[in-house]
Amino acid sequence: MSQINHQPVDILVSTHQPEQVTLRGYVIGFGGSIVMTITAYLFARYGMLNKPVMVALLAFLALAQFTLQLVYFLHLGREFSPRLKLLVTVFMMIIVFILVGGSIWIMNNLDGRMMGTKVMIKYMNSQDGL
Amino acid sequence: MGLISIFANFWLGKLNLQALPPNAIQWFGAILMLSVPIGLALLLTVKKKWKWLYKEWLTTQDPKKIGVMYILVALAMLLRGGADVMFMKTQQSISVGHNMGILSASHFQQIVSAHGTIMIFFVAMGLMFGLINLIVPLQIGARDVAFPFLNATSFWLFFAGMILVNASLVLGDFAATGWLAYPPLSELRYSPTVGVDYWIWSLEIAGAGSLLAAINFLVTIFKMRVKGMNFMKMPMFVWSVLGSLMLVAFAFPILTVTLGLLALDRDLGTHFFTAGGGGNMMMYVNLIWAWGHPEVYILVLPGFGVFSEVVSTFARKRLFGYTSMVWAIGAIVLLSFLVWLHHFFTMGAGSDVNAFFGIMTMIIAIPTGVKIFNWLFTMYRGKIRLESPILWFIGFVVIFTIGGMAGVLLAVPPIDFQLHNSLFLVAHFHMMIVGGVLFADFAAITYWFPKIFGFKLNEKLGRFTFWCWLIGFLTSFIPLYILGFMGATRRLNHYSASLGWQQLFIVSAIGAAIIGLGVGAQILQFVVSIIQRKNNLDTTGDPWDGRSLEWSTPSPVPFYTFARLPHVTERDAFWVAKRQKVEDKRPYEDIAIPKNSPLSMVIALGAFLLGFGIVWHIWWLAVSGLLTIIATIIIRSMDEETEYVLKASDVERLDKQYRMQTKTRETKLAVEV
Ligand code: HEM
Ligand SMILES: [Cu+2]
Repeated sequence: MSQINHQPVDILVSTHQPEQVTLRGYVIGFGGSIVMTITAYLFARYGMLNKPVMVALLAFLALAQFTLQLVYFLHLGREFSPRLKLLVTVFMMIIVFILVGGSIWIMNNLDGRMMGTKVMIKYMNSQDGL
Repeated sequence: MGLISIFANFWLGKLNLQALPPNAIQWFGAILMLSVPIGLALLLTVKKKWKWLYKEWLTTQDPKKIGVMYILVALAMLLRGGADVMFMKTQQSISVGHNMGILSASHFQQIVSAHGTIMIFFVAMGLMFGLINLIVPLQIGARDVAFPFLNATSFWLFFAGMILVNASLVLGDFAATGWLAYPPLSELRYSPTVGVDYWIWSLEIAGAGSLLAAINFLVTIFKMRVKGMNFMKMPMFVWSVLGSLMLVAFAFPILTVTLGLLALDRDLGTHFFTAGGGGNMMMYVNLIWAWGHPEVYILVLPGFGVFSEVVSTFARKRLFGYTSMVWAIGAIVLLSFLVWLHHFFTMGAGSDVNAFFGIMTMIIAIPTGVKIFNWLFTMYRGKIRLESPILWFIGFVVIFTIGGMAGVLLAVPPIDFQLHNSLFLVAHFHMMIVGGVLFADFAAITYWFPKIFGFKLNEKLGRFTFWCWLIGFLTSFIPLYILGFMGATRRLNHYSASLGWQQLFIVSAIGAAIIGLGVGAQILQFVVSIIQRKNNLDTTGDPWDGRSLEWSTPSPVPFYTFARLPHVTERDAFWVAKRQKVEDKRPYEDIAIPKNSPLSMVIALGAFLLGFGIVWHIWWLAVSGLLTIIATIIIRSMDEETEYVLKASDVERLDKQYRMQTKTRETKLAVEV
């Protein structure tokens, strides 16, 4: 964007100092995200944890990465125009909540209405084998 | 022998002679498809226009030109999607009893899937982004978008995705899985050919383009509005686009991830969506519709915006209920993330889940209804000019209301169990999409054409086109409602004569032919209008007595857009300004304009090679594609001089010249008449 032809006149744009964007921040964000993703993969693939612990761990890693990206990529908390960003952030939280919560609700509901794996294998074998 | 095959395998992956079309009818499609680029290339060479094309169009960063290119590609794809319809309709009319029709079952399914995919991603999305590029900057009084280079890149990614879809006509096949490719059918085990991969990668590439474009225009709308235009003074089209792009920004990442997981399943043997290995195909259906439902509002909201502009201009009244319109858009944006399960009521969720999503679906009809009533109240007691844009609007109200009522029916889970997967559903969503999106885009093209090209489209042919579309469309789709009630499922390539469906299918095919006539008239309309453009010149810049800022510029809009930035104090800024008639005495100022760059195209080329390489497992090609993208981005970031400055004195000179030209054109015209 050039200095000459942009004309921000939003009432929401305040006169705060523009945010500081540093290379270091991006490197931390990028490196951190990769480390967390690989950790999650390694645990899912080779980790010998029992199910609830595993679920909790993966959920924690996901949330941590989410926060990391918000802070280092979207610069949450160092806003240029606080009200606008707050609005967008709240909206994003609502959508994430709806999608994640809704998916868990739906998939769980479907799961509850199906036979378990063991029962299903028994049933299929009783038909004409798998 | 072994060595040769290893060699070929490395260089060509899965590609071999068997990838060429297997029979006459598919050769026909391939040759038809190839003849377009070859013909164009020949034409350009003969007319020595390559340099002009490269300089004026291919490398441009001007949203006005990018918008035109989006729309041209989308209209070409409309012809491709329409050709698919002709095959489908012929097959369904004759493939009864012993007659197996003209298409094999697999080929028929490929055509249906290609039609759906192309119409949604390359026609509806393309028209939408084209209009956004053309009109949004003008309406908010901005000379450009926030990130011009990114904008051109978005377009070229869209273009690369389009090429990839069409490449499947010549090399290999397309997905025979329907336009959303549910697993397990779309998994490697049941779809071992490259069809699904073509589908995945063309959508990944085009989808990335859409996401980038959405972010770009969100920033543009948030940050680049002209002085005085606060949110509640924005034209309704801009509001609608804002709502739509919010949805793109939040929904398209879901699509990218879902397709990515399916690609991992197919290429790396993971088990996200296979029953074996602990995956779950129902998760795919859940995710794809978490994107898919917002997608329908992504398409239709800008359509609503177009109608808001058209109705208030042609009724010569300010838009009724502006504030309620804004709230309706807000409500639609939020609610469209709360209804996705209505696409899979029958998957087996309990009545609690189904009831919740059924009720939410009925609720979302309310803000949509609010908008319809607002338009009708805007027209009430207005001095309506019945020109073709408003005809498209009236057609929209008829079709959209019929389709919408069918939609509310489908929102009731027990009814959906009966009608799911039937032609009733197909009729419902075409009424929404064709009525709400296509009709709006046609109205928009007629309405804004003089702004971009400087002359109006031929009105007689425009009306004829409209009537063909309306009559043809109703003839084609009302029978599908009836067939759906009789139990005809969607994607049906053959049925038994005893069912007695053939007459209705034939009526439907006749309807499609009438639409085809309409499309022919549309093409003729463009040709005739261009030839007779002298009779339809828009010398004023304001041919329809418009209300928003785009009409304050001369037509066609000069490359610097606004010589002086407009001054906004109220809603319908230009309408107000026209009545005050104050002369603009402000000084001119320097304008920065982005330089042309071919690098957007290079990035898209990289994306195409990446996609094509993965589709055919030609790994060296895929890696080179990826490296091309990364290298180009780095090269571009190093470039410090991406714009040039148009001096204030030059702006002044050009502006005056422009005004003079308009005047002389005007007088010349008066003499000719
Ligand atoms: C303009 C006239 C059009 C006609 C006559 C038409 C006709 C058809 C027909 C006959 C089918 C197949 C129905 C079946 O047997 O399952 C179909 C499917 C479909 N159409 Fe259209 N169509 C038109 C325009 C559009 C447009 C503009 C869009 C979207 C923007 C669209 C999106 C779709 C989709 C998504 C499918 C479903 C494909 C699938 O089942 O996977 N169509 N259309
Ligand atoms: Cu839906």
